[in-house]
Amino acid sequence: MEKYMLGKKAGMTQLFDENGIAIPVTVVDCGPLVVVQNKSVATDGYKAVKVGYGAVKNANRPHKGQFAKAGVESKKLLREFKTEAEYTLGQEIRVSDMFNVGDAVDVSGVSKGKGFQGTIKRYGQKGGPGSHGSMYHRRVGSMGSNTDPARVFKGKKLPGHMGAENVTVQNLDVVMVDGERNIIVIKGAVPGPKGGLVEIKSSVKSK
Amino acid sequence: MDLVQVVEKDLLRNDFANVEIGDYVKVHLKIKEGNRERIQIFEGTVIARKGSGLTETMTVRRVSYGVGVERILPVHSPKIDKIEIVRKGKVRRAKLYYLRDRVGKAAKVKERLVNLKK
Repeated sequence: MEKYMLGKKAGMTQLFDENGIAIPVTVVDCGPLVVVQNKSVATDGYKAVKVGYGAVKNANRPHKGQFAKAGVESKKLLREFKTEAEYTLGQEIRVSDMFNVGDAVDVSGVSKGKGFQGTIKRYGQKGGPGSHGSMYHRRVGSMGSNTDPARVFKGKKLPGHMGAENVTVQNLDVVMVDGERNIIVIKGAVPGPKGGLVEIKSSVKSK
Repeated sequence: MDLVQVVEKDLLRNDFANVEIGDYVKVHLKIKEGNRERIQIFEGTVIARKGSGLTETMTVRRVSYGVGVERILPVHSPKIDKIEIVRKGKVRRAKLYYLRDRVGKAAKVKERLVNLKK
């Protein structure tokens, strides 16, 4: 993992490409990140960079202490990402330093909560007939065999809580980067509601 | 929503803001054939404008050889060369879907006389 950015989803719109075809895009309000700590193999066993993001009003002392060590103002969140590159403490990282137009990225976020849902919405199962007295519309199907095994197998798809979980969408294209206004525009949809925290990383699959 | 508008701002085409519902228009569309580009004109009445910002579309309807034809065009698309207003319409609602159920003279929109040259 080389490149990394944190941001807030601002919403979706569409842009037109050079052929005049509309492409769906998501606008993300990004960074800037502040370098808080450089982790090294010697002291930590792995190489990484710890960064802070977002304004904070009331930070507790242990939280503040980490920023005080680097001599920077406290931020709301602390995140780490693996990289071979060296950063100086207190350095500000903007989107334009990380990503360029045409890069492939993976975007992670917490998906929108859907509450308690049935198997049709949750797993995409088929519903029963709507009419002709079927009386079987959106119910769960068979629980499995009867005497043998005489129990319901683990992992059986049943109704339950849906959404509000970590989701990563892989291999999305970067359409626009604006370092001055801290904007990155990504082709396609990104997990979570507007204002939700998203993590943008360089894609693991694209070569 | 704020940042979305920031991104859209420079890409909006404000030259078609005066195209209103009920207007009879000639839309000049850029059509690419191989590596040659030509202009195709689609004529008709604007029966709806939907959406906001860059995603806004307008529906243009005409009756051609007795068959109703509707095209939904993204207003801010670079494929639109220009939109010519032939005549303004006098209408009282924002969506003229009722024109779909009418044929002949009843399917006409009354003209609103204005000076288009201005």
